[in-house]
Amino acid sequence: MIANEYKELARWAMEQALKNGCQAAKVSLNQGSNASFELRDAKMDKLQQSTQSRMSLFLYVDDRYGTYSTNRLEKGELERFIANGIEATRYLAKDEARVLPDEARYYKGGKPDLQLMDPKVGALHPDEKVAMARAVAEEAMGKDPRIISVESSYGDGDSLSYLITSNGFEGETANSWCSLAASVAVRGEGEARPSSYWYESSLYLDKLIREGIGTKALERTLRKIGQRKTQSGKYTMVVDPMNSARLLSPLLSAIAGSALQQKNSFLLDKLGQKVGSDKFTLVDEPHLTGAPGARYFDGEGVATERRVVFHQGVLKTYYIDTYNAKKMDTEPTISGPSVLLMENGEKDLHGLVADLNRAILVTGFNGGNCNSSTGDFSYGIEGFLVENGTLTTPLAEMNVTGNMIDLWNKLVETGNDPRPNSSLRVPTLVFEGVDFSGL
Amino acid sequence: MDRRKFIRTGSLALAGAVAAPTLASALPGTKVEAATLAVPETGNKGGVAAAMEHFGVTEGDLRKTMAAALEKGGDYADLFFEHTFSNSVSLQDGAVNRSHSNIDFGMGVRVLKGDQTGYAYIENVTLSEMVNAARTAARIAEGGATVNPVALTEKRLTTNYYPVTTPWEEVVLKEKTPYLQKLNDRVFALDKRVQKVSAWLNDSTSHVLFCNSEGVSYYDYRPMVTLVALCIMEENGRFENGHAARAYRQGFEFLTRDVVELIAREAVERTAILFQAIKPKGGEMPVVMGAGGSGILLHEAIGHAFEADFNRKNVSIFSDQLNKKICNEHIHVVDDGTIPFNRGSVNVDDDGTPGQKTYIVREGVLNSFLHDRVSARHYGLPSTGNGRRESFRHAPMPRMRATYMEAGNVKEADIIASVKNGIFVDNFTNGQVQIGAGDFTFFVKSGYLIENGKLTRPIKDVNIIGNGPKALADITMVADNDAIDNGSWTCGKNGQSCPVPCGMPSALVSKLTVGGES
Repeated sequence: MIANEYKELARWAMEQALKNGCQAAKVSLNQGSNASFELRDAKMDKLQQSTQSRMSLFLYVDDRYGTYSTNRLEKGELERFIANGIEATRYLAKDEARVLPDEARYYKGGKPDLQLMDPKVGALHPDEKVAMARAVAEEAMGKDPRIISVESSYGDGDSLSYLITSNGFEGETANSWCSLAASVAVRGEGEARPSSYWYESSLYLDKLIREGIGTKALERTLRKIGQRKTQSGKYTMVVDPMNSARLLSPLLSAIAGSALQQKNSFLLDKLGQKVGSDKFTLVDEPHLTGAPGARYFDGEGVATERRVVFHQGVLKTYYIDTYNAKKMDTEPTISGPSVLLMENGEKDLHGLVADLNRAILVTGFNGGNCNSSTGDFSYGIEGFLVENGTLTTPLAEMNVTGNMIDLWNKLVETGNDPRPNSSLRVPTLVFEGVDFSGL
Repeated sequence: MDRRKFIRTGSLALAGAVAAPTLASALPGTKVEAATLAVPETGNKGGVAAAMEHFGVTEGDLRKTMAAALEKGGDYADLFFEHTFSNSVSLQDGAVNRSHSNIDFGMGVRVLKGDQTGYAYIENVTLSEMVNAARTAARIAEGGATVNPVALTEKRLTTNYYPVTTPWEEVVLKEKTPYLQKLNDRVFALDKRVQKVSAWLNDSTSHVLFCNSEGVSYYDYRPMVTLVALCIMEENGRFENGHAARAYRQGFEFLTRDVVELIAREAVERTAILFQAIKPKGGEMPVVMGAGGSGILLHEAIGHAFEADFNRKNVSIFSDQLNKKICNEHIHVVDDGTIPFNRGSVNVDDDGTPGQKTYIVREGVLNSFLHDRVSARHYGLPSTGNGRRESFRHAPMPRMRATYMEAGNVKEADIIASVKNGIFVDNFTNGQVQIGAGDFTFFVKSGYLIENGKLTRPIKDVNIIGNGPKALADITMVADNDAIDNGSWTCGKNGQSCPVPCGMPSALVSKLTVGGES
């Protein structure tokens, strides 16, 4: 939790802002620490450690709005910083849509702890962290003569925040995280040195999976040897759970108030319309205990709640904050998603692949982009050709191209295997009739 | 209120650490009336002394911190102090109605032991915190002889690649807003289909003080500015977006009527063309890379794989390829930190090596990797000055500066005329590469089909993918129209972002895989 002296400093900054010309203000204080230990072939390559603090001020001055942040937290300097910020804000154009949220919408407290902070993470001795990373490396080292390099790492950290507004909100958050990762490179065909990785992460040290990481990274690398491109054409596309959330991201950008207000969204005026197949159901569950991304309030202090985002392909909500709601003359919802859960199907990746005669399994995206106005996308991919229910040729140097709305209408199956420690819990996805280009 | 007075009372510039007016004058030759790159001989007080005062540290403090950094047996240490003040002013819906300013201040300690790196940073610059950070970083070394740091001597910069006429620290918000307003008005005036315009101006000023255990110290003053317009157009219920940007290491003198007009026109042209554009049929085909932003191909296809940390670790597809001829002898690829006012330029890099120009490929032969201090030590070579870091929060690593291909010997028109069926591309948004496999991609926002040697229909929104060594070998023609793209190219690597312009003359790659419909 943020120490009281820092909370007092934030409250003092709020008073300074209000005393010197702000009609309203929001102040946040963010602190964090992190440590990382990177090993190469089980030998230490790099260690890093740090802590940081930053104050952010959101100033409402004579119908104008400016934001200011600094990591210089000495009162004398802050006093000048705030006074200068107020004066600078006065030179902006008026923006009457800039107001604090209606206080009725704030989170008022009283809900059970979301259990996002593990004190054990901070207390662990660096030697033990290094030992974990070393054990990850040792799983892979010496297991195959083609191995060139095994990199492994342990990282952890915490982030704390304290938020107050001049119309009565006060809240704080705290969460920890820790992770173990491995990356293995091997000698492939010609000069190629294929590599792949695996990682595990958790909010809690005791729940961090420590075994199998090096082994999986090696397996995932070896199976890539001999990658080539195959014939261009329409294929059924399977996307594994490490990568499927990538396809959701353009939709999330498109339902953000800022994109809609600027008419820069392919989901503009699509609320209540069917934009995906019946298999596409996505729910925002902000109060999921112990889940990364869980929260009782957003960056404005507004209380979060369960929201159905897509139901059987129908778009059910936009993410609209106070400012964009006022500009669009509509009701605000919440500024952004917290924990998104996609409705699961019956089978995992292997089960879904086993049912397919001919398909492409995507195990990695390589660059590419999506046009935010039209939803047209094109991404580089790597993966495997699926023939008669099994993975055959490893593929690379191919593109997948289409339109987001069209793609989500082609969703035919979802898996039951999302990565648990993600705020975007998207399982294996299967789409029919997708354009791949290769040879 | 006259301008001087406003600086004292209203400008955020003085809200930083100390009351020193601006350090711009502390670096000889930084502030000049007419931009000239030569640093005048007649120096005032050295930049390092002024910077130490700015950061509130003494030579004794630096010595004690350095000693703590090396007490566990590290063989090298450096201290990197940074004070960055950045401002962003933006326009939306016709009004300049939002601004953000940020102060970032702190120092990092790096300790090396062979190839190994220990790093820690602090924000509260006091002797005790610096020593604590030094002891944390020192843990990378276990045992070994203690090295004694050498007394500091200032490295005077002989050339300043980014002298400033009017430092951003002296510019107040109301002087910036008319340019954004003008940019908005011009975009709307240029095309009736424009529905929305966003425009923003970001400037930042960094004061950097560096010293190391070899006795080298320097002070660098680093200005940066980016002006961007994003335009949304509607035609018959269809929407498209396009943007244009210019970015340089410059002060307020960057803002002119001309740059505003250039960005406005480019944003409008880049958006308008999309309404006529189609997606091409996908597959392998010849691709003509248009001059300028096509340098993204070099950045992705070879630039990254030449960053020597990947080669030191033996995981780059080019690890064993040095001194081999891999492409046409008319191809010269350069990574350059010495272009005046370029965003990739470095007077000195972030581990103490002077900015320089490095040939990656010369006459078709792979010539040099891009080194920072660690990789240079590993290979027993001098650093190429590519050690860069995002901020004091990070240890440096090999990064590109401005990466471009020098001019070739044919005309662009002849290249296009040589292609029967293919595409011409000249507007990109992003790219990526896999260092070991060599597969790289870049996303084409717009371009043209080439049919029977002529540009025909516009195309848009396709990704192109290729393999680094193969793509280089497949560059068969290079035009004489070399150009650097001065947009806001920013590269991400291991969690650090870095400004990296790129450039290229028009060139033909005989075969790449283009995304599209089947």
